[in-house]
Amino acid sequence: MESHVPHKQRLWLYALTALILIFLVLPTLIVIPMSFSSANSLAFPPPGWSMRWYESFFGQEKWLLSAWVSLRVAFGTMIVATTLGTAAAYGLHVGSFALRGTISSVLIAPLAIPSILLAIGMFFVYASAGLLNSMLGLVIAHTLVAIPFVLITMTAGFKTYDLSQEMVARSLGASRLKAFFTVTLPQLKFSVISAALLAFIVSFDEVVISVFISAGPNSTLTKVMFSTLRDDVDPTIAAVSTLMLIIATVPPLVLQLLANRKREP
Amino acid sequence: MSRSAPSALPVFISSLSKHYGAFCAVDTVSVDIAAGEFLTLLGPSGSGKTTLLMMLAGFARPSSGSVRLGDQEVVHLPPHKRNIGMVFQNYALFPHMSVGENIAYPLKLRGVGRMECGERVGKVLDLVQLGGYQDRRITQLSGGQRQRIALARAIVFEPRILLMDEPLSALDKQLRETMQIEIRRLHDRLGMTTISVTHDQREALTMSDRVAVFSRGRLAQVAAPKDLYERPVSRFIADFIGESSFLPVQKVSGGLAYGGQLLHLADAADADLPEPMLMLRPERLDVVYAGQAARDENTNMFNGTVRSVVFQGESLLFEVGLDQGDVVQVRQSNRSQCTENLPSKGERVDLLLNRFDTRIVRGEG
Amino acid sequence: MALTDTSLGHIRPPVTDAELAYNARALEKDRRRENIQLLRLALPALAIVIILMVAPIGWLFSLSFVSEGGGLSLENYSRILTEGAYISIFVTTFKVAVLVTVFCVLLGYPVSYVLAMLPDRWAQLLLLAVLVPFWTSLLVRTYAWLVLLQRRGIVNETLDALGLIERPLALVNNMTGVVIGMVHIMLPFLIMPLYASMKSIDGNFMRAAANLGSSPGHAFRHVFLPLSMPGLIAGTMMVFVMCLGFYITPSLLGGGKVQMIAQRIEQSVSLFPTWGPASALAVVLLVLTAGFLALSWLIVRRLTANQ
Repeated sequence: MESHVPHKQRLWLYALTALILIFLVLPTLIVIPMSFSSANSLAFPPPGWSMRWYESFFGQEKWLLSAWVSLRVAFGTMIVATTLGTAAAYGLHVGSFALRGTISSVLIAPLAIPSILLAIGMFFVYASAGLLNSMLGLVIAHTLVAIPFVLITMTAGFKTYDLSQEMVARSLGASRLKAFFTVTLPQLKFSVISAALLAFIVSFDEVVISVFISAGPNSTLTKVMFSTLRDDVDPTIAAVSTLMLIIATVPPLVLQLLANRKREP
Repeated sequence: MSRSAPSALPVFISSLSKHYGAFCAVDTVSVDIAAGEFLTLLGPSGSGKTTLLMMLAGFARPSSGSVRLGDQEVVHLPPHKRNIGMVFQNYALFPHMSVGENIAYPLKLRGVGRMECGERVGKVLDLVQLGGYQDRRITQLSGGQRQRIALARAIVFEPRILLMDEPLSALDKQLRETMQIEIRRLHDRLGMTTISVTHDQREALTMSDRVAVFSRGRLAQVAAPKDLYERPVSRFIADFIGESSFLPVQKVSGGLAYGGQLLHLADAADADLPEPMLMLRPERLDVVYAGQAARDENTNMFNGTVRSVVFQGESLLFEVGLDQGDVVQVRQSNRSQCTENLPSKGERVDLLLNRFDTRIVRGEG
Repeated sequence: MALTDTSLGHIRPPVTDAELAYNARALEKDRRRENIQLLRLALPALAIVIILMVAPIGWLFSLSFVSEGGGLSLENYSRILTEGAYISIFVTTFKVAVLVTVFCVLLGYPVSYVLAMLPDRWAQLLLLAVLVPFWTSLLVRTYAWLVLLQRRGIVNETLDALGLIERPLALVNNMTGVVIGMVHIMLPFLIMPLYASMKSIDGNFMRAAANLGSSPGHAFRHVFLPLSMPGLIAGTMMVFVMCLGFYITPSLLGGGKVQMIAQRIEQSVSLFPTWGPASALAVVLLVLTAGFLALSWLIVRRLTANQ
């Protein structure tokens, strides 16, 4: 959409926008220079540069262990949530049973419910099921949080997909399952990758539920970070933050670029 | 009828119905299709023709009835076990595969070896006149080429029958006409039992051995194209196939009459139809100045006034208001000896109809 | 009349009524089986959500009506609605939510507007500035604000260097810090739906308004603003509702001085395991969340129906 107001007259608007965008980006990126600071304090700009906080991160078991836990949980969540979410999205898209609307609302509800409520509920269920502080418990809990993202992404994917492709494959001799895997899925590659990536990031960044249901050797990175932040502001966290920033933003950025390239052939 | 291939199967559809709640999309349809026959299902949208095709392919589940391929009941079989080739309206070619991979897809599913696969893909591509296109991407193909590839993919595994859902509707008019003839020629070569769906009457008449006309979920008439045009059973069919005007006729002793004047009919038995209507094809009528033609027992004559004359290139279309109040369309060929002395708007005319061109149809609501 | 064409009678195998009846039954069974198969695809996901979310929330709900003595009562609700400590929690929660939402609208509307006006290439690029923080862990962002807003942090140092302040401002461990941090986290949630809805406004409306002689300001107020309302309301309500249940940022940037509902629930459960009032609080939070979401849905539907 173009505007009929001359650009000159709205310079103030552009300036304001630029300031707000800086407000959004800068605090996010500031952890990067912080993590290379040589100082013990959080002075900015750093008085000198060093790798000491990365050494501190890689030298402490609590960080390494929890980072490893988080990565494994995120990977597990990605696999489970993408599979279950895609299956559900397909069933709900193709099926014609009565409860479709209700089921998809229930599956999307975790998105709207405050995580503190999900957390105490899971804490209670896990306490009685003996799943507290377990990897399995974390994966299932994060799967619950990731399912809405997968469901929304995949449903959007199925909506743009022409189901007669799958029908023709079946008429040519493929069972529904075979048709799904050889014809439907390859064409929805992009949606599946987006959904998987979202599930991974949702799990990797999840804090509140992890704080409640993970502890000891199975603490997630976010849980350790949260408790460390509550006690004192250890600059190692800047190094951790930088690593988290990279893990969570680089893949979607790459995906976005790929999507843009795909759109303008 | 064309020669059928030895592997071609007849199709027997018995009492097939499909209800969606209270709505009846297909209502107890029974029709037999001979081995190697080309049958077209024709009808306005929503008449049930596509639903019937989808039931044959296995994508729509009938509410009741039977479908047999040869002597095998297939109504319960899932689509992939029916061994039916199908061409979809939008072709549904797989964009993530090359032309060759698309066509080889059904062969691979049947465990055909790589060598034979390549050979058969090459052969079928030659058949649809796209030899050497194996490595093209689907996005590189034109509409007509896509149509041929979709057809090639549907026949490469030698299915027992071939189904086509509006196969030509995505093409422009000129290409559509070429493809109609090409598909018909291909059918004559392969002799595969073929069932096609269309809403385009010309397509149906050009390609098919027989045409099954649908109206509101029911079969209205099944006949060869010529019979359908010449001997429609009802006003609906006559209206749907070609152009026609209708005159209400009365039963009188000795036959049927229009405007108190006894009609000379080709077939006296026509007089027994309920609610009879006289069907008038515009090209079967002659228009002459009033009083110029003599009445005889082989000619029916109607008196009226020209309401309009439209020049349409190859012909002239007259709209004539009869004295009884009905309006009739008449088409006269654009030949100089005929057109030089034709009446113009407002003039009194007589319309002549040879008794062998009369046809009485059921006038139904 | 149902026309029948069984012209191939001589080779046609007869179909009996019994066969037809059998077919009808079998087809109905097939139909059910297929639907169940498709439904089954959604069941694993559904099971997780029901066991881990629906069931425990139902349990919390029932718990909230049980008094300390074990009887059925509204004691928990009357406590959280009358005791000063709880009331101040509600007041704080709403105050934070309202402040954050207002700031988000004030900052988000112009940004969305400019992004929607810019050519796509530029908008895509600038949108990254919204998306990068969106993808970044909220812990990382909260930590960044902790660093920026502290007594000797960049904000205070910069203001000092510019001679705008004499003493460092208290920007963190109080309401100010919480609001700043939360605005930063919520802003993308407002910008994205708003930008999407503004993008879909037909530029011709504005041009038509201009052609009819309205001033740019007039056209904006009477054409663009009403058309962007559904997106604005949806985004605003979403931000507001998310603020109500926020836990991490208030805990870290509030320094224990800003108590919101979620923190109180956490404390009741982990410090002193008293589920009673906590469950009532949880139910209130849930009802507020659901209520505001439903309200926003109704308003948006109303607005879009009117257009």
